[in-house]
Amino acid sequence: MPTQSASLQDRERLARELGKQIPRQNILWQEEDLRPYECDALSVYRRLPLAVVLPETIEEIQRIARFCNERNIPLVARGAGTGLSGGALPDPGGILLSLARFQTILDIDPENRLARLQPGVTNLAVSQAAAPHGLYYAPDPSSQIACTIGGNVAENSGGVHCLKYGLTVHNLVALKIVTMDGELVSIGERALDNPGYDLLALMCGSEGMLGIIVEVTVRLLPVPESAQVLLAAFDDIANAAAAVSAIIGAGIIPAGLEMMDRLTIQAVEDFVHAGYPRDAEAILLCELDGTQQEVAELIRRVETLMRRHGASETRVAQNEQERQRMWQGRKAAFPAIGRISPDYYCMDGTIPRAALARVLTGIRRLSEDYGLPVANVFHAGDGNLHPLILYDANRPGELERTEELGGRILELCIAAGGTITGEHGVGMEKINQMCLQFDEAALRQFHAVKAAFDPQGLLNPGKAVPTLHRCAEFGAMHVHHGELKFPELERF
Amino acid sequence: MLSLDDSANLQASVNAALENGMPLRIRGGGTKDFLGHPCNATPLDMRRHRGVIDHQPGELMVNVRAGTPLAELNAALAREGQQLPFEPPAFGTDATIGGTLACNLSGPARPHGGAARDAMLGVRMLNGRGEIVEFGGQVMKNVAGYDLTRLMAGAMGTLGVLLDVYLKLVPMPEQTTTRVLELDAETALRQMREWHASPLPVTATCHDGHRLYVRLAGTADCVGAAARRIGGEEPADTDFWRDLREHRLSFFDSQRPLWRISVAANAPVPDLPGDCLIEWGGNLRWYRGDAGETEIRDWAQMHGGHASCWRGHAAQAFHPLSGGLFKLHRKLKQAFDPAGIFNPGRLYPEL
Repeated sequence: MPTQSASLQDRERLARELGKQIPRQNILWQEEDLRPYECDALSVYRRLPLAVVLPETIEEIQRIARFCNERNIPLVARGAGTGLSGGALPDPGGILLSLARFQTILDIDPENRLARLQPGVTNLAVSQAAAPHGLYYAPDPSSQIACTIGGNVAENSGGVHCLKYGLTVHNLVALKIVTMDGELVSIGERALDNPGYDLLALMCGSEGMLGIIVEVTVRLLPVPESAQVLLAAFDDIANAAAAVSAIIGAGIIPAGLEMMDRLTIQAVEDFVHAGYPRDAEAILLCELDGTQQEVAELIRRVETLMRRHGASETRVAQNEQERQRMWQGRKAAFPAIGRISPDYYCMDGTIPRAALARVLTGIRRLSEDYGLPVANVFHAGDGNLHPLILYDANRPGELERTEELGGRILELCIAAGGTITGEHGVGMEKINQMCLQFDEAALRQFHAVKAAFDPQGLLNPGKAVPTLHRCAEFGAMHVHHGELKFPELERF
Repeated sequence: MLSLDDSANLQASVNAALENGMPLRIRGGGTKDFLGHPCNATPLDMRRHRGVIDHQPGELMVNVRAGTPLAELNAALAREGQQLPFEPPAFGTDATIGGTLACNLSGPARPHGGAARDAMLGVRMLNGRGEIVEFGGQVMKNVAGYDLTRLMAGAMGTLGVLLDVYLKLVPMPEQTTTRVLELDAETALRQMREWHASPLPVTATCHDGHRLYVRLAGTADCVGAAARRIGGEEPADTDFWRDLREHRLSFFDSQRPLWRISVAANAPVPDLPGDCLIEWGGNLRWYRGDAGETEIRDWAQMHGGHASCWRGHAAQAFHPLSGGLFKLHRKLKQAFDPAGIFNPGRLYPEL
């Protein structure tokens, strides 16, 4: 039901009924109150829900789930709304459940190196609370100041350091979830390797489709004794890509290994003056951490490898201030691009490292074909690309061309043996490309798993996994190891 | 190394099982037959589906068929200076990588290198409709679709037949050294926790009842410095970690029941009659003794964990699940294996 036709009375009536479940002041239904929830960080998609609820207790969440389940009303959970794939986009006929009130750090347990958290605690707050114990939480998505731990679980968030320390799934110890029928289920507690099926892994990255995350326990790590950053500049992006493979191939696992291309370097320099060499075609930032002896030795080895692969310049941060400055440029890359283009569209494909040079060349060619500049700044160490397509939404047809170019880039990633999304999730944005990555039987298996948790399909409908019907309409070709395969479309 | 793709035959066997309603018992080398509940069904032999399909050292990735002997895989990886991050036990020469993953078995490196499930990047499998389906892939970061790859770890073959798996690898450390200190269990527990919470390059810890073993790995300088800081001595037993992993230490000799108890690292020494061996920085306790099933499980639960019966008799081999959790298990089983043809009862008698 489109928002405009949901009359004020309909919304008011729904709010009145909801008022029997949770306090009235925690229900929003007037249009101006709903507006802030119309989109997540992928703002090209906007929709208003019928109502927004801000529960304060797990019991209230259970009541809301039961309420929706009994009345067949879609329910979409939302953390901080920093997601980049439209995963928290409201359903126009449904209720948006915000977890903003769940901001308590329930327990920091230094002996067991665990943090028990309400889902609305921000990612950075976990590390801050653990810091007095010499501990931190490793996954660090770039939105870590704002993004919530519940959202991190729903998206299986990564960050700069996941090459060495893994994604959310590798750092998660326990969850409490509320299922669509209102049941509270605990998965794990304080031990490792839970009995039975690995529901922690299943919940991680499930994009709010299987249950509502109401409590999260994560593992904390000791803060490394020492961390050091090396910057290497290259005249040829292919050499930079080869250096990435050489470092990993030599048995060195950096804490972070990031790449930026010329367009990004220049935008960053104009913005924050990080001291990057402006004339380089690409730079690599390589962070190594561990004991002092280890870091000193590995920095030497990485520097040699970089030089051997054609680095025109290498530079090691001489102090913490310089290290911060080098990273500041990387962290400011997205806003820096935002300054040189009215709009940009961020992609998230992941490819095998060996295909980096080939895929980057392919992206450059596509960028020329479509007449849209593409800036590349990404997690090179784990092959997670973030091509930023620069466009102007006010020019007619440019957003459509951008989306088409984005789709082509994702097809390149699949053909190289990669995936359409490394850490941002499918959400609304990449739902069509899912038809390319998975065949019919795999999609049917996903739907069967969804139905095991939510038989009526009320949790976050229309996201993450496309219907077979949608794939048939999209005219998708399932791309398999670089070959195109045509599914049998005629039955639809 | 023998390399054979037997997926067509395996698919035919699954389809035949579906047709005649005869469940299958998925079996590799049979080295983990003792684990879980016995399952009376027609064996589905995985050992003809074997071999490394692709090993890319520069990608830290291997794609391997499930029936590949674990020993062969380890040897192939070692030739390139790489290894599985989770140091899996084999419990016999015939162990396969598929069986290892289906049991989610990890060795002494678990707290440092992660569990078997953590290394799983992608899977090609047969579901209970006889379809070959693929999830995940060869790259480290992949959030397209639900993580059905890791869901297979520890499912004991009850959700499908693993065909090929993509696994994450780690480089072998430049140097490894072990130190041993004479300490009682309580002091050892505290010491383990301190080491694991410090930036020391600790990759394994174990207290065998009398002595605390600690393994350090990394660059030569770094290992040397850490060893000096920790003190202790070099152990006489140079194969200690292998013998621990394979349950060849004298602790495991006894015929008494053996339980694997996974708890919070700061759980005390259990007040159960018998002996205890501690691993994983305190997170894992092997208990050998005659305490009752309920008593053992209550103790585990009180300390935030769970207990599995490894050898001996128990009504439930694995820790019973709460009502809500078990309901989800039944529905997931239904979603993958609607006819119930895979390893019926192996994980939980009712599943």
